Amino acid sequence: MDAVTGNDLNIRAGLGSAHARIAAAEGLRPLAGTWGKQVDVTVENVARSFGDTAALHGVSLKIASGELVALLGPSGSGKTTLLRILGGLDFPSEGRVLFGAEDALGLSVQERNVGFVFQSYALFRHMTVHDNIAFGLSVRPAKRRPAKAAIKKRVDELLDLVQLTDLGKRYPAQLSGGQRQRVALARALAIEPRILLLDEPFGALDAKVRKDLRRWLREIHDRTGHTTVFVTHDQDEALELADRVAVLNKGRIEQIGTPDEIYDAPATPFVAGFIGETNALPVRVESGKIFLDDRALDLASTGEADGPRMLAFRPHDIEFTGEGAGGIAGLVVSELRHGATRRLAIEVGPQRHRIEIDVGAETAGQKGNRVVVLPRSWRLFSPDAFRG
Amino acid sequence: MADVALVPPVGAPRRREVISEGLFVRVVLIAIAVALLGIFLLLPLVSVFYEAFRTGFGPYWAALGEKDALAAIRLTLLVAAIAVPANLVFGVAAAWAIAKFDFKGKSFLITLIDLPFSVSPVTSGLIYVLLFGAQGFFGPWLQSQGIQIIFAVPGIVLATIFVTFPFVARELIPLMQEQGTTDEEAAISLGAGGWQTFFRVTLPNVKWALLYGVLLGNARAMGEFGAVAVVSGKIRGQTNTMPLHVEILYNEYMAVAAFAVASLLAMLALITLGLKTFLEWRFSGEIAAIRR
Ligand SMILES: Nc1ncnc2c1ncn2[C@@H]1O[C@H](COP(=O)(O)OP(=O)(O)OP(=O)(O)O)[C@@H](O)[C@H]1O
Ligand SMILES: [Mg+2]
Repeated sequence: MDAVTGNDLNIRAGLGSAHARIAAAEGLRPLAGTWGKQVDVTVENVARSFGDTAALHGVSLKIASGELVALLGPSGSGKTTLLRILGGLDFPSEGRVLFGAEDALGLSVQERNVGFVFQSYALFRHMTVHDNIAFGLSVRPAKRRPAKAAIKKRVDELLDLVQLTDLGKRYPAQLSGGQRQRVALARALAIEPRILLLDEPFGALDAKVRKDLRRWLREIHDRTGHTTVFVTHDQDEALELADRVAVLNKGRIEQIGTPDEIYDAPATPFVAGFIGETNALPVRVESGKIFLDDRALDLASTGEADGPRMLAFRPHDIEFTGEGAGGIAGLVVSELRHGATRRLAIEVGPQRHRIEIDVGAETAGQKGNRVVVLPRSWRLFSPDAFRG
Repeated sequence: MADVALVPPVGAPRRREVISEGLFVRVVLIAIAVALLGIFLLLPLVSVFYEAFRTGFGPYWAALGEKDALAAIRLTLLVAAIAVPANLVFGVAAAWAIAKFDFKGKSFLITLIDLPFSVSPVTSGLIYVLLFGAQGFFGPWLQSQGIQIIFAVPGIVLATIFVTFPFVARELIPLMQEQGTTDEEAAISLGAGGWQTFFRVTLPNVKWALLYGVLLGNARAMGEFGAVAVVSGKIRGQTNTMPLHVEILYNEYMAVAAFAVASLLAMLALITLGLKTFLEWRFSGEIAAIRR
């Protein structure tokens, strides 16, 4: 029993030795030459509808070989649908999917050679952990099937890799959630997949285990170099783990970019609102100047047409300015400790628009004071952008 | 402090377990249950064996060794040996189609599978007479080909298959539906073909339900009376199954012989139950593991 919980909790502590283990696991390579040939994946204008409801509208996405990409979006945005289409478990109504230069839609699921990790793990409950991991190799046609001893060796190596060395004889029901998750990953890796697809891999786990497994997955990815697509609705997970993040909303990709790009330069109001926290203030643009309640702000908006806008900026991305210097002035109405920082809620102008800013934790006792701030980086969106 | 509170104050009403009934109610309920079980289950079972052995072991043995009795036993085993595997295949196929695929007319198919349970067995038998009997729909054509179905073994097999059809399918459908298709999707994404997926993932996932359905179906196949009585024609030594033979012997006042054959059927039931209990006990660990 101790080993069970110990395994979950000591992942981070075990990472040092994991390096050694993973290095040992590279002994896997001789078995098949490589970890399967990794390919880049191209999704072109893929649409999918179920009856009347369209789950995907013309999604395009290019994933480089060896890249780790996150599909991030709210519930029902089509993440699973897109992943299943990549894996060959579902088919688009329109569009193309290419693995390298090969048309993937012409390939059966088996031929695609994709490692799929299901949200519910889908471990075979009547098989031991060992047999689960061996499954993909043992169902190969005789001429491609490794010998029994070779399969066993590979399974043992994979068990080492996912740090479940001694649990091969257990049944899935006798494992913790985090352990099952790792068995599911080992099982998918066993077939030397060309790409690895993970559907909310950590969805069912508690926060601590999620965090540990996240780092661990990144570690494994860096070692094995699989082209990986994983689905999540947790922005922290996506930003921390992925090389690039594709943000989905209502069946469309709103933005694709590195975590930095997504966070610092959200391309659409949806991304701005969905990723991180964003203040939105109604402003007017008039001949290149931005007006907040008839007062010009000290922000340059070159090339913007005149008219109402929403000014969006992050709570932490502000600086204090002096009175009368074209800043956003308001009254601090509450202050809350927010992790390492302190969060002030400010009411601005006669209409009492509420914004929030982050200041150092040492800045206490601001409540009731008047402050003037200016966003360091900001964007303008159309006025109804943040209305749901 | 807690210790003090546990000692009931003298003269205070005795504490009672919240969910338990009073002693009187409990005794009455248990007595009713035991009486019902005794009268309706145990007593008949005991009396079958009592009547069978009433005149000793010799007559019992002689009754079973008699030519027509042996023929009835053989026929019953033959019918079960055909009907049970047939329904195993049909039942698994039907359950698989219903649970794992979406198609038009699915709910109609489910209703159809239940039909043999809701129709009286006698009616089931009559349907086959109407279809395959001498005056029946296919009768003349069958006769011209020299094929005898009604009042012959094929008719008995058909009627038995019909009556026992739901056993396997009914056991499997709810379980397979609950399990969904993700395991199968996982298997094919790992490279398994259709048959590999079926035999290595789908079937093992339902093996206990399957075994249970087969055991019950087998008991019913051997014990079926109504439908078989209609199509068999009750030709001694030829188309008499064990239940039919029991009835004939009983009507001819050959009580010992009748109960001797009946005791075999009773034994079959006991063996079925015993086997099921044994399997559940032997594989309890695995069953518990799979159930999660
Ligand atoms: N088999 C199906 N039949 C009908 N509609 C479906 C089916 N699968 C998905 N949909 C619909 O397609 C849309 C996208 O579903 P999808 O499962 O891809 O969402 P998701 O982004 O994975 O959401 P979640 O985070 O909740 O898993 C939803 O509106 C859903 O109702
Ligand atoms: Mg999903």
